Amino acid sequence: MKNRAPLSLNRWQKTATHLVLIFLCIPFLLPLFWMVSTSLKSSEEIFPKADKASVTLSLSTALPEKPQWGNYRDALNTGPFVLYLRNTLLLCTLNVIGTVFSSALVAYGFARMKFPGKEFLFILLISTMALPRQVTMIPVFMIFKMLGLYGTLFPLIIPSFFGNPFFIFLLRQFFQTIPQNLSEAGTIDGAGEFRIFSQIMLPLAKPALVTCALFQFLATWNDFFGPLLYITDPEHFTVAYGLQQFMGSHSSEWTQLMAASTLFTLPIVILFFRAQKVFIRGIATTGATG
Amino acid sequence: MKGQALRGYLFISPWLVGFALFVAVPFIASIYLSFTQYDIISPPVWVGAVNYKRLFSEDPLFWKSLAVTIKYALIAVPLGTVVGVVIALLLNLEIRGIRFYRTAFYLPSIVPTVATCAIFSWMLNPQIGLMNGLLRVAGIEGPAWLSREPWAFYSLILMSLWSVGGSMIIYLAGLKNIPISLYEAAIVDGANAWHRTVHITLPMLTPVIFFNLVMGTINAFQYFAQAYIMTQGGPEDSTTFYALYLFQRAWRYLDMGYASAMAWILFLIIMFITMLLFKTHKKWVHYDS
Repeated sequence: MKNRAPLSLNRWQKTATHLVLIFLCIPFLLPLFWMVSTSLKSSEEIFPKADKASVTLSLSTALPEKPQWGNYRDALNTGPFVLYLRNTLLLCTLNVIGTVFSSALVAYGFARMKFPGKEFLFILLISTMALPRQVTMIPVFMIFKMLGLYGTLFPLIIPSFFGNPFFIFLLRQFFQTIPQNLSEAGTIDGAGEFRIFSQIMLPLAKPALVTCALFQFLATWNDFFGPLLYITDPEHFTVAYGLQQFMGSHSSEWTQLMAASTLFTLPIVILFFRAQKVFIRGIATTGATG
Repeated sequence: MKGQALRGYLFISPWLVGFALFVAVPFIASIYLSFTQYDIISPPVWVGAVNYKRLFSEDPLFWKSLAVTIKYALIAVPLGTVVGVVIALLLNLEIRGIRFYRTAFYLPSIVPTVATCAIFSWMLNPQIGLMNGLLRVAGIEGPAWLSREPWAFYSLILMSLWSVGGSMIIYLAGLKNIPISLYEAAIVDGANAWHRTVHITLPMLTPVIFFNLVMGTINAFQYFAQAYIMTQGGPEDSTTFYALYLFQRAWRYLDMGYASAMAWILFLIIMFITMLLFKTHKKWVHYDS
């Protein structure tokens, strides 16, 4: 019932709505189109002719004269993009595993177990979400430096194994909706609480776990601040950080920069089209805005 | 019973340990640091309230960065809310191809921040960028967007609007949750589309708007990466956001005590504004009985 739109439109109104939506879409899609189009142009195409100070646009300049796939080869080599990609994927994998498992464990504890101070601890957990990163940034940096981990990838991995408040909140709600008798059946069988959790609850919570995994993947893929603080060696650069460094040092190689940006964005777009429902559901329930 | 309590603590232990290590201890340590002079290399030296004194009375850039950040929050957050709600309202209409439109508006918000910055740096290039190219077609010579006041600041606002899709989806989900029966009753009473939007849709959407407003404001006060990547605070500090200035103090000048004091002031400001927003909560946020 509730999925029906509140207004039914006549034909004229529908056409008008289409026109408005198409018009509004343009500024949202044009930058993406321009990124891909530029990534396939030659450098001569984007710079003005010798006798002019600026480029005059025309419809014929919207698309590359001849697709320059070499830009992508150059982008892959200058980075070295492939190395950055390997670092990024390593971080993504470890962060997803770490954060999903630890968050599920904690969420289950908050959803299903009784212990003194539970309410208070949960409020504490929720309130940490509003704590600005700047407050803890310097002492956390000191801790990792004392541990001798500054300049390694560990500061970007370790924190994810201690649960993420957003995900704990989401998963706790999910666990609370699972009927109690399912886990009681486990107790009668003599299964320990951890076995009930891992063998009955985790499989049931799969959709919520997938949502968390996806959002953690995006967060790690995008993360610029972590590498900025902790990474010193170009061997450890992630794609996000490498791309920012590339922007700084090759400021006029736009075609190559756009090729690298396209390569960096494409996996996320593909992921979106393959898992649209997870994206939409995840945002609508967690309020995470990507 | 005791056994269950122990098991409970065991289950939440990852968070408990992480909270102690990465939140509680750093939280307290940063209060201490804010009263010290500390450069990471040599141990912190207690200096009392000197950092706070310097901030309030000797540092015009502190005030400027605070002003820039407040201005950003005051413009970007309401603007993003209006644009997000309007697009969500349009996407809630019953027409064909709604999935295409939804994707078109949403896609930019999942483009990684660094890529977004690269795209906009390129589009806003004064000589060969698309933006000024289009303006030239209209006979206008556009500004050097990212290196002229006040355009650099507004370029960042523009960029934030491009990523409005995330909150738009939350509004859309909120719209889908409004019971259709409310509209049916209103139609029976003879309310037209405009009245239904103003008297049913928007009031029913206020909890979601409130949520986005709070999160948006908290995020706006921590706005960092885009300014760091695109403008480095320039021109003439017009995009030196608070978090950017804090970062520069900490990692460029290794003035960690000073930066910690700034972090604490930021924390208090965010707390205060969040409380203020919650104070207004009852006045305009509608909850179903």
